[in-house]
Order: sequence, then structure tokens, then C-alpha cells
Amino acid sequence: MLTFLVNAIRLGMTFLLGSTGETITEKSGHLNLGTPGVMCVGASCGCFAEYIYFDAVGVIGINPVLAILIPVAATFLGSALMGILFCFLTVTLRVNQNVTGLALTTFGVGVSDYIIDKTDIIYSLGSDYFTASLPFAQNLGWFGELFLSHGILIYVALAIALLTSFVLNKTKVGLHLRAVGENPATADAAGINVSLYRYSATCIGCGISGLGGLLFIMDYLNGNWEYCVDAIGWLAIALVIFTVWKPNLAIIGSIIFGALYIMSTYIEGFSTETKEIFKMLPYIVTVIVLLFTSIRDKKKNQPPQSLGLNYFREER
Amino acid sequence: MSKNNSKTRSPLFHIVKRDPMTWYGALGVRIFAIAAALLLSAVVIMLLAQKNPLEFYKAIIDGAFGSVDRIWILAQNLVMLLCVSLAVTPAFKMKFWNIGAEGQVLVGGLATATVMMFFGDKMSLPLLIVVMTLASITAGIIWALLPAISKALWNTNETLFTLMMNYIAIQLVAFFLKRFVKSGSGVLEPMHEYGLPVIADMPYLLNIIIVAVLTIIVYIYLKYSKQGYEISVVGESENTAKYIGINVKKVIVRTLIISGAICGIAGLLLVGGTNHTISTTTVGGRGFTAIMVSWLAKFNPFVMVLTSFLIVFLERGAEQVSSQFRIPSSISDIITGIILFFIIGCEFFLQYKIVFSKHRKEND
Amino acid sequence: MEKENNIALECKNITKTFGNVVANKNVNLSVKKGEILSVLGENGSGKTTLMNMISGIYFPDEGSVFVDGKEVLIRSPKDAFDLKIGMIHQHFKLVDVFNGVENIVLGMKNKKFNIKNATKEIQETCNKYGFEIDLSKKVYDLSVSEKQTIEIVKVIYKGADILILDEPTAVLTPQEISKLFNVLRKMRDDGKAIIIITHKLNEVLEISDRVSVLRKGEYVGTINTSEANEQILTEMMVGEKITLDIERSEPKNSVDRLVVKGLDCYNSDGVKVLDDISFTAKSGEILGIAGISGSGQRELLEAIAGLQKLSGGEIIYHNPKTEKEDNLRNKTPIEIRNLGVRLSFVPEDRLGMGLVGNMGITDNMMLRSYKKGKSAFLQRKEPKNLANKIIKDLKVVTPDANTPVRRLSGGNVQKVLVGREIAASPTVLMAAYPVRGLDINSSYTIYNLLTEQKEKGVAVIFVGEDLDVLIELCDRILVLSGGRVTGIVDGRSTKKEDLGLLMTKSKSGKENE
Repeated sequence: MLTFLVNAIRLGMTFLLGSTGETITEKSGHLNLGTPGVMCVGASCGCFAEYIYFDAVGVIGINPVLAILIPVAATFLGSALMGILFCFLTVTLRVNQNVTGLALTTFGVGVSDYIIDKTDIIYSLGSDYFTASLPFAQNLGWFGELFLSHGILIYVALAIALLTSFVLNKTKVGLHLRAVGENPATADAAGINVSLYRYSATCIGCGISGLGGLLFIMDYLNGNWEYCVDAIGWLAIALVIFTVWKPNLAIIGSIIFGALYIMSTYIEGFSTETKEIFKMLPYIVTVIVLLFTSIRDKKKNQPPQSLGLNYFREER
Repeated sequence: MSKNNSKTRSPLFHIVKRDPMTWYGALGVRIFAIAAALLLSAVVIMLLAQKNPLEFYKAIIDGAFGSVDRIWILAQNLVMLLCVSLAVTPAFKMKFWNIGAEGQVLVGGLATATVMMFFGDKMSLPLLIVVMTLASITAGIIWALLPAISKALWNTNETLFTLMMNYIAIQLVAFFLKRFVKSGSGVLEPMHEYGLPVIADMPYLLNIIIVAVLTIIVYIYLKYSKQGYEISVVGESENTAKYIGINVKKVIVRTLIISGAICGIAGLLLVGGTNHTISTTTVGGRGFTAIMVSWLAKFNPFVMVLTSFLIVFLERGAEQVSSQFRIPSSISDIITGIILFFIIGCEFFLQYKIVFSKHRKEND
Repeated sequence: MEKENNIALECKNITKTFGNVVANKNVNLSVKKGEILSVLGENGSGKTTLMNMISGIYFPDEGSVFVDGKEVLIRSPKDAFDLKIGMIHQHFKLVDVFNGVENIVLGMKNKKFNIKNATKEIQETCNKYGFEIDLSKKVYDLSVSEKQTIEIVKVIYKGADILILDEPTAVLTPQEISKLFNVLRKMRDDGKAIIIITHKLNEVLEISDRVSVLRKGEYVGTINTSEANEQILTEMMVGEKITLDIERSEPKNSVDRLVVKGLDCYNSDGVKVLDDISFTAKSGEILGIAGISGSGQRELLEAIAGLQKLSGGEIIYHNPKTEKEDNLRNKTPIEIRNLGVRLSFVPEDRLGMGLVGNMGITDNMMLRSYKKGKSAFLQRKEPKNLANKIIKDLKVVTPDANTPVRRLSGGNVQKVLVGREIAASPTVLMAAYPVRGLDINSSYTIYNLLTEQKEKGVAVIFVGEDLDVLIELCDRILVLSGGRVTGIVDGRSTKKEDLGLLMTKSKSGKENE
């Protein structure tokens, strides 16, 4: 049971990073269906950087801090570049967001597969640094196991989600960002640089989503590359809807998603086929939430009003 | 809007909407975009594989047309992508963002596979084919109908709903494979004996004929039928539709039934006519690529033949490039991605123009 | 420009075109500190475009803007703010899911972000000018006038010295208008420069110090309000004094065609937009509908056309063929047509409702007729002939019948729409603001078409905003105010002033002004 919860948290934080990034992006009015591709690219860039770093310094020369910082930086950078690509097409060239996002996913999956094919698919050495936990965590019983035994990225994910929630709701930048996503014409008239906000939100959002991909490989899978990062990406998008665009709610939501996703493995007495049905659950609950919010049609808990729409000031 | 931060200067340029381009101008821009994309792809390949770009182009053409077999495979992939694109087009024309074709095709295929597996030895082949067809079409329709009805009734966001339906379909197939494949391997052995008939020993000919007929039907339906006209009106302006008394909800549901049915047919052709088996990757992302095919063709089925040809040609060519140059096959996705970005991006130049400031130079 | 240093804002030779439409041509304008300037012009004269350039929404093609005597470039709304220019748009720029305070602080610079302090400061601003508003309410819960208040507080709080108000009175009740004017006077006394856009003469005379007039995108001139009267302003607005020469024939064989009794209707916000409306439209006459915009005109016509859900009343149609009486209430447009009711409707929103902008004239003709016949396929021949006939008869300027109507000029678009609606040989023809934005010639084409229909025995319902036209064109005029009928008068004997009074009559029956 304890292992189940611990793993639910580990997988959940992958979703959490992915969805927090996507939430930031969507709050700016961008529906980025390229997130799965972005997470792939993020994960592969991180792995690639780790590979290069280890190659350069050898096993003895590894600095544990750098072994984490370098992949994280590479991931963030690689994913943010994907964000720039998305923004260039949708903000600067004003192309349809759905089409761009889907193309970005195709492209991103290709790029990441290519990078991984070129390097290595086992990163267990690097993974050791990512999963290293506080030394005394083991001594604190179930409490330590559940809350303190995780690798650093798990806490980073939590911190990012809380920080995002705070920034969105309590700061000027968050207010401006939400205005851009709700009603860009109004934000523009209020003197907010819509393009700048959309570019930065999408790049930062993509960067954070990308970290989710890295966490998935380095922490949850203990450094074994698997070609299913994009499936995780779609679930991250689902999670955004499931938690009605609230990163703080997403902390709970992500753990629920993680639990649903792996539940079948930990509950005895289920056949392999039933497990596949269980994996369906996150999508089904998302559909239910989507239906529920649209039926209630409250002004609260709705997607940002101009989600998916590009903005052109001189439109008549 | 301006890229110029200096307070005292006038913006270097600003962007305005342009009058529609002539058709040859638009064609020119697109050809230019494709050429530029091919050039960039060649540079990428050169950097990755250190090969002469000419060899790269040769390999692409070779991969697509190099042998009779390759041409058949190209044609088969082309019609399958085209078929899915035809399915999503009526919905898109109505501005209903159905990105669930992947799932709709897959459940269609699943229905076909189920019928093949359980009734294959219990029915005569003609009857089996009829049942397969009905089952796959029904399955496709159900998958499309759920989002359509919620859109009509509660204005539920269809992009997100159809997206989720894809993964429900994939899990359903995974469940099916685990549950009913007796070996327990999760891989369904091809059931060649129960498939659609093969015409004149050419395994893909039937698919090609069916999709060709479908293309013409969809074209005529959209352009010349009353229902097609209603789809255009709803897509252009829901207010106008209401004003002339079109029942918008009915049109949404009806159009998605058509979309789902064609997806079902695509599933039938993939499972019953091509693979004779099913896996979670049977559709292979065509549901998503089809969206781009349809959008780039501006929803014209005949132009879609060209756009899907372009994409399939590149995919097949890139596969050849990867095996010939010994680079990973994922290069195909990368090249397709690059080409897509260019064609998508060039739409901007068809709709807007950049006006450089001519006045107030003295302030500089 | 007596005292140069006193001028807050000056525009010189501003030109702006959209495609081939010239919205502003060599416009000059200036406003002083501590002054209220009215910018007057008919609909479509380019007032809003000009203001949008001052506030950074559009960028002018040519010309220059001076603030405090210095030439400036306004490339974005942000630039405008930095120059202390604040605009209150006709369509409010508010974020629905934000509350008042959040909307007001949006885009604020150089201040530590602190909602609590901001709320306090905003409350002080409100108190200073006497605004009463709950700042913590979400915008979607606010009434129209409250939303406007938020907009005004926003501009003041942000420290604007130059205020632009675009048609601020269009959506307000008379009481709210006088309140607004008091606020504006207070701000003027504070030394702010205020530009108010309007096309209502009485308001111009009441509130402003000077008036600048635009006509069809061109600058006509500026005069001091003290030297102006309605006569002078009208002449400036419309050009040379025009005597409307609309031939009005006596209605012949008038019979009741459409009897409307006690219509009630609520809009999606739960506001009562139609309140106990009753009238009769007779064949062979033009019934005019007058009223301040937003008094229920649109809802009334849409209710008759089957596009609005009613909560009370009935619409009885006397069918001349079958002599039967049908109730049209809550029937869909299709059901109405299937009853054999030949009802044509020229809606206010031409390209968003009456026509499909991206379709050609032929395809737009089909909107009304495509369902004809049993075949599942479209019959394009008839619509094509009709399109060509309309192009020829109404002199529509277009490259061909397949050019998207979006690319035609406003007058030509309207000819296509009215032409199609008349081609259905209606027994009832409703037209909402059919000449809005049209030049004089096109307007007359439309007037003549309506009169022609009336002479054919059609019951014509004409919603207009130009009182002179209503008086010269219509046989009877119904006046709406706040969703109620405040009077039905005879078009031949009534005077403009009488209509004006009826239009501003409030619910309780008391007259304002």
C-alpha cells in the first residue's frame, strides 16, 4: 500500500509538472496540443545532456549537483525552444493553434526519438542522483516513506505548482496573464503587451512541462527510457481540464491520476486485461469533469475565454 | 506589435490584413514554402548524416517510387490518410474541432476485428463483410456522437472531449488484446482468411477504389448538397444559420455522424482490408495528421489528395533516407514536422501583409 | 489655437484606410485642458476610428499626433497610457471573470502590487466623484451602467489627463446620463481634457464646450458650443441642407396583417427587454419604429421572426391567402415559413446574420431558397439568375456574382440583402437600420424599395434612427423606450420634438428633460 502511494506520488508529479506548464500556457490563451511533443523533447534533451556530461567527466568526476542541474537546464531550454517555435507560428504568424500544436507533437516525438537513438536508453546512473532522498527519511517510518523519501524533482514539482498558483492568483503578473487569456483586446487596451505575455507564458509553460518528461524518465522509470512520454503528455493536458485550470488543485488531481494509472498493478486479484480498463479511468473522469463544468455553465471554472484564439489588434 | 523598443522612432513595420491573393499567387507562396522546407530538411540531414543533399533528395524519391511495391505502399498509405482526412473535413468545415479521428478510426477497426474474430468461422464471407462494415461504421459513429451531442446540448469543448476519446479507444483496444488473444502475448495474429476481398491479386486496390469513390462523394456532398450548404453556413456564422432557420444542433449531430461513419470505414479498411489484425498503433497518428491535411487543403477533398500525397511521400521517402543513411527512422517525423511548420507558417503570408513605414524617416 | 501651451492633444492630417475603405482622411482635431470637446458625426463618419488611433488600437497611415505640444507616436495602448490618454470604449474592455478592482488595476505600472491598498485608493476615487459601486463584484454580475462606471473609474485611477468616451450615453437611462454628465463636468473642472463621441445633438449642446464635426471620414470643422444650435450642427454633420424628398403615397386598402399583443421578453441576463408590447402592422403601410438604440428594437423584430424566446404575449398573423389567423409566438423560422407566412427580415447585423460574408452573392441568395424542392442537392440556377437580376436592378458594384460579399462596400452589401428579402415577395417586410453606414444614394435606393413594397401591399416595419427619415418615410411611427411602447403617432402630423420626448419617456411615465 505504501509503495503504491509513493509511486502514485512519483508518477503524479510527472503529470503535475506537465499540467502546471500547460495551465500557464492555457492561461495566456494558448491551447498547446504540442505539450506531449514538448515533454518528449524535454526528457530527451535532459537525458542527452546527462549523457554528454558523464561522458566528459567520467564516472569518478561526477558532481552530484551538476548531475542534476545540467539535465534540468537542458530540459528547460529544449522545451522552451519548442515553446518559441509554437509562439512564432501562432503569435507572430497567427496560425491556427490546434494545427500547430499537433505538428509540434509529431515533430517533438521525432526529435526525441532521434536523440535517444543516438545516445543511450539507460540512464540509471543519472537517475541515482535524481532519486537520491534525504538520508534519514527511511528512519521515520511510513511518514518518512510517504513524504520525505522522494527525489529532488518531486519537491520541485510541488514548489512550482504552489508558486504558479500563487503567481496566477496573487500577483500583478498573474493578473495580467489571466487577462491576456480571457480577453486579449481588453488586456491590450490596458497597455499589456499581449504578444510578450503569450510568448513568455508559453515558453515558461513548455519549460515546466518538459521537466515533467525528465522526471518521468529519471525518477519514475529510474532512468529507463520508454517511448511513451507523449502518452503522459496527453494525460497532462487532461489533468488541466480535470482540475479546472487550478495548479493547486492539480496537486491533488495529479496524485489521483497517478493512483488511477498504476492502481491495477498494486491491487491483487485483477487480471491483466482489467488493468487496461483502469488505465482508461483518468480519461473518463476528465470527460466527466468536462461535461460537468459545461452543463453547469457557471462563469467560474471555465476555460480561459479566448483559449485557442489568436489575437490581431487591427481585426475589424 | 512593433519589434522596436526605442521610444522616439516610428515602428519599422506593422501588419495589416490583405485582400485575398490570386490563386496562382497563393500557389506560388505554398510552393516556395515547400521548397524552403525541403532545403532546410536537406541541411538537417547533411548535418546529421554528412551526406550530399542531392543524395538525400534521390533517396526520398527512391523511397517513395523506387519499386512497384513501394508505389503500392505509397498509394495504400496515401488513401488511408486521405480517408481519415475526408472523415474530419465535414466537421471542420462546420468549425467543429474534431481531433478524435484517431479514436474513431480505432474503434471502427476494433469493431471489425471483433467481428472477424468471433464470427469469422460462423458466417459466410459476404455476410461477414456486411456485418463487419455495419459494426465498424456504428462504432465510429458512437465515438463521434458523444462529443457532438454534448457540444449541441451544453456547448462542451469538443477539442478536449474528442482528444480524451482517443485514449479511451486506445485503452479499449489494449483491453481487447489482453482479454481475447488466447496466447496471452497481446499480439493478435493476422486473420487473413476473413478480410475484405482482394481484387485482381492487388491487395490494396480495393482500398484505393473505395477511398477514391469516397473522395468524390464527400466533394459532391460538401459542394452540391443541401446538407453540405448547411454545414458551410453553420461554420461561417451560427447567427446566420439561426436567422434562416437552420437547426444548428441537428446539423452538428448529423455532420458528426457522417464524420464518425467515414472514420469507421477507415477502421474497416485498415483492419479488414490491410492489416487483418489490430493493435493500439493501427491508426498510427493518422487521426492527427489528417487534421493538418484537411486544414492545409482548405477542406477541399481533391486538394486533400495532394496534401496527403505530400505528407505520405515525405514519410515514405524519409524512411528510405533513414535506412540508407543509417540514421534513426524518427528522422521521418522530424522532416514531416519541418515541412508542416513551413506550410502552416506560409498561411500567414496569404492573409496578411507587412507594411514598412515610409513616413517620418526624419525622426530616426 | 489661441494659447499653444493650453492644448492637451492635437491631431494633424490623420489618414487611415482599411483595404479600400477610407475611414479617416486628413482629419484635424484639438482639445484643451479643462475642456469638453464633442466629436460629432453620423454613424460611419470615422469618429471611432479616429479615437482608436489616439488610444493606440490602430496605427494611422499618415498624419501626426501632438500631446502637450510635442509630437508623439502612439503605437500601442501602452504608449497612449504613458501619455495619459485613457479611452472608454463603446464596447467595454473588461474581463468578465475579474472583479472591479482587478479590472481597474489591470496594466498598472510602477506601483507595488497590493490589492488591498489599491482597493482603498479606488474607493477614494469613487467617493471623490460620487460613484456608487460594489468593487468586489465580478463584472459578469454588473449592469451595463455599472460596467461603464468601472471603465471610467479605471481611466481616472490610472491618472489619465485626456479622456475619450465613445458613445457613452447609448446604453444609459436618462438619469444615468445626467449623473455621467455631472461627473464629466467635475473632471473638466479638475483640468482634464475630455473628448466625447456622440451623434446626439442635444447631448452635444448640453455637455460640451466645443464641437468638432466629422462627415464621411473627413474633418468638417470646429465651433464653440455657445455659438452652435441644432440647425448649424445638423448642417455640418450632413453637409448641405438636404430636404429629404421621399415620395410617400397614401396607404391603400390597408388591412391588419400582423397583430402583436402584450409581448414580454427577457434577455440572457434576465433583464426585461420587451415589456408588454402591443401594436398592429397593416398591409400597404410603413410602420416606423423609433427609439434610442437598445430600447428593444432588435429583440422585437427577432421575436416576430422567430429568433427570440418570449415569456408572454402573442403575434397573430392574418394570412391574406387562407384568411386564417396564425399565432407565430415561439415558432422557429422554419415553422413560420411552413405556415405559409411570407415574412422577410433585414437584420441589423448584415454580415453576421443576414448574409454570410465569405460566400458570393449567388450562395447568399440560396440562404432563403436552398430548401426548395425535394432533391437532396442544391439548385444553383435560380439563385444565380436572382443574383444577376439584383446586381443589375439595384446596381450592385461587384466583380461578379461569386465574389465574397464581405469584400463589397456597405451600400452594396445592403442592396444584396434587401434585394434578396424582397425577392421572396413577402407580405411582411421588417428592416432594422437598413441605411446605417450607407451613403445618400444607396440610402435612397433603400427608401424607394421600401416604398415600392408598401405600394405592393406589403406590411413594412422600418426601424430607423434618423428621425427626419422616419417622419418623411413612415405612415405611422411606434416609439420604444426601455422596452415599452411609449406612443404610436401619425407620420404625417408628428414633429421631431414629439418623437424625441417619447423616446426619452421613462417607465413611470414621467418625462425627462
